[in-house]
Amino acid sequence: MSSDDHGKVSQMARILGGLVAARAAFRAARSRRVPPPPARESDVDPRKRVIPSNRRAEGVVALLLMVAAALGFAFTVVYIALSANTQLLGIAIGGALFLLAAACIVAGKFVVPQETDVEERGPLLDEEETEEVVGMIEAGGEGISRRAMLVGAGGVAGAALLTAAATPLASLGPTPHVLHETPWARGVRLVDDEGRPYLASEIQNGSFYTALPEGKNAESFGAGLLVVRLPAEFIHLPAARRDWAPEGILAYSKICPHAGCAISLYRYPTYAPTSQEPAFTCPCHYSTFLPGEGGRLIFGPAGRALPQLPLMIDAQGHLRAAGPFHEDIGPSWWGVHRSQS
Amino acid sequence: MNLLERYAHRRFERASRSTEERLGAWAAIKWAMRYVFPDHWSFLLGEIALYSFIVLVGTGIYLTLYYVPSDSQVIYHGSYPLLYGAQMSEAYRSVLNLSLTVPAGLLFRQVHHWAADVFIAAIVLHLMRVFFTGAYRKPRDLNYFIGLTMLMLAILEGFAGYSLGDDLLSGMGLAIAYSVAMAIPFIGGQMATLLWGGPFPGSDTFLARLEVVHVLLIPVILAVLITFHLAIIMRQHHSQFPGPGRRERNVVGTPMWPAYALRSIGLLLAVAGVLFLLGGLIQINPIWQWGPYHPYLSENGAQPDWYIGWLIGALRLMPNWELVIAGRTVIPNPFWGGAAFPLFVFGVLFAWPAIERRITSDLRRHDLLDRPRDRPIRTAIGAAFLSWVVIVFAVGSTDRIFYRLGISYTTQIHVWRVGIWVIPTVIFFITRSACRALQLSGAHPLRAWQGNVVRRRKDGTLEVVAPSPDRIAPEPTEPPVGTVPGHEFDD
Repeated sequence: MSSDDHGKVSQMARILGGLVAARAAFRAARSRRVPPPPARESDVDPRKRVIPSNRRAEGVVALLLMVAAALGFAFTVVYIALSANTQLLGIAIGGALFLLAAACIVAGKFVVPQETDVEERGPLLDEEETEEVVGMIEAGGEGISRRAMLVGAGGVAGAALLTAAATPLASLGPTPHVLHETPWARGVRLVDDEGRPYLASEIQNGSFYTALPEGKNAESFGAGLLVVRLPAEFIHLPAARRDWAPEGILAYSKICPHAGCAISLYRYPTYAPTSQEPAFTCPCHYSTFLPGEGGRLIFGPAGRALPQLPLMIDAQGHLRAAGPFHEDIGPSWWGVHRSQS
Repeated sequence: MNLLERYAHRRFERASRSTEERLGAWAAIKWAMRYVFPDHWSFLLGEIALYSFIVLVGTGIYLTLYYVPSDSQVIYHGSYPLLYGAQMSEAYRSVLNLSLTVPAGLLFRQVHHWAADVFIAAIVLHLMRVFFTGAYRKPRDLNYFIGLTMLMLAILEGFAGYSLGDDLLSGMGLAIAYSVAMAIPFIGGQMATLLWGGPFPGSDTFLARLEVVHVLLIPVILAVLITFHLAIIMRQHHSQFPGPGRRERNVVGTPMWPAYALRSIGLLLAVAGVLFLLGGLIQINPIWQWGPYHPYLSENGAQPDWYIGWLIGALRLMPNWELVIAGRTVIPNPFWGGAAFPLFVFGVLFAWPAIERRITSDLRRHDLLDRPRDRPIRTAIGAAFLSWVVIVFAVGSTDRIFYRLGISYTTQIHVWRVGIWVIPTVIFFITRSACRALQLSGAHPLRAWQGNVVRRRKDGTLEVVAPSPDRIAPEPTEPPVGTVPGHEFDD
């Protein structure tokens, strides 16, 4: 060790010593602090007992009970005779309960004896009891010489059983490799929610279309697509995606890569001088993506761009996927495949 | 006593003797009948939560008789014409039938839904009472932790409940919950596919799992925790505010029998009555209007039940930070708002009793409550923290505010990203000053009108008739309760 190192070590020690001293001083200062004063106590004797003997209140209670009973019967009448009208049922049973409540509260306040009483709270901790109980529990281990060994073995057995009990949880679900799968592959036709294939010619500027994969499970997360047609001035795709948008028709996953909602808002300029470029917005947390720029995020909480699906137009003029997604659709996670471009 | 009453008395005594021969329970029953409840309206909030839970169990049992927890797709041929022929899950169809064809089914479903909203609201208000009066201090800290645990479970339970319907709104909620589960660093993907039985929207068994969680697992845990919560209260006795005859070592109030029992049963019936009136008269979650869930559909302006609002707000407010290291997404974005934020809020609430103990060095047992004004710093921290959460909650409605008031959504988000830090700070200082001013004046914050009653004379001038009955002397005649000048906080 060089002398330079020695210098550094002693300097470190001085700093450390200073910190320890500061902490000790802080603690000493704090321990002198007086805890806040307790709330003020009062020594008046509040005990009292009043018997109301209130005939009028008794009459009111009886009346409330009778009206409650009538509403209770009304519930059955509504159920049978008025085809269980929800509003009338609610008024009948809710009204009956409410009047019963009123009867109880009037009786509790004006009919039965009114009493204010005092209960003492004993201490919760009794030192002698504590010693006795601890002693009793410990006496259960009297005469055992290999206590540590038994406790250790018991702990191991317990841990093993817990592991065994938790293992079947693993069979609840498959491994997440399925998260990379979507129904889209080269050649899959785009159809609407009634199974009718989309013609490229029917995709209009200014609207968005929801497309599903023909003959595949429409209920899977990866199925839904957003399809739009954009004028060339709005399309600025990365070089690698130049041929993903035949005739300016673009397809994106409909599932927001933030929290999995279906994107269902489409902003399209109607008045060019002030409007912004076309954008998709998710109605859950308002992540906003540009379809003309490969799904780039311009606002909101999503951590990545909206995944794009390459398209092609077949000989009949139908829209088809030109390949699978090149990244994962849906929310991000540890193993999510993010876009490279 | 007339003949009939004497006969009834004899029969009652005989019946009591016969039970006592078998149970020997008089000592316990006597103790319970003399148990004293301190009278203060804020103590009823916990009772309202308890009674809502009872209504939830009762109406919930009714709903389980009709619910079918199945994701299998069917075609609807029921009585609701707008959905005739639509493809939907069996679960959604069963809830449609329950709502539209089963007699009184809609009443029970709506009462159940309202009861859940009231249940959690009552718990939150109860928590606020406990916090601002210092009721979480020793010996009640343990019970405070049980209460916080129940609040977390109640939120989860409510979410699981309205997700069972498999309508479009609940499906969107589940998609977000799934994304938050996926966003848990490292294990999210495995966890989410484990819980859902595959990738979203899940295997055929997912709704059956969710139903077991909603109707059995969480309710049983809640029932056990409620039992502990009440048993611990009974053992320690209720806390009480300072007042005539009230000391740390006693409790002053109405004994259980008969007046308190009647009043409390009255509250139970009133809670049930209000919930049935709400359920009968005010529509809630009309799932037939939302339609069935399909992953490729969503609706605009969707809002969750109120107790999920703070999570939506947090997800919306969060900038698009996603931590990616070497191609691995370590922290996906929904983790911040959907998991880290609520865990932080509950973490602070769980840690608070220990934090306060460290700062005040106050290890004593407290059975007398603080008035919020008498602990200005605690009250100010509580108010600031509460406002922080309430702002996030309010951000959950930014799209509705845009829709109703036309204030740009993006502007609102940008403003709140700053406001979320500024407003709680301002509220901290305002609350602290208000507490100190109230301490000095001794006034009641809501009953302290300091004006004069005046009369206009014929000539237009004013004549003072009387000062306000709430009017207080400018100089306090006695020091405020529980305070030593210069030691207002220290807590």
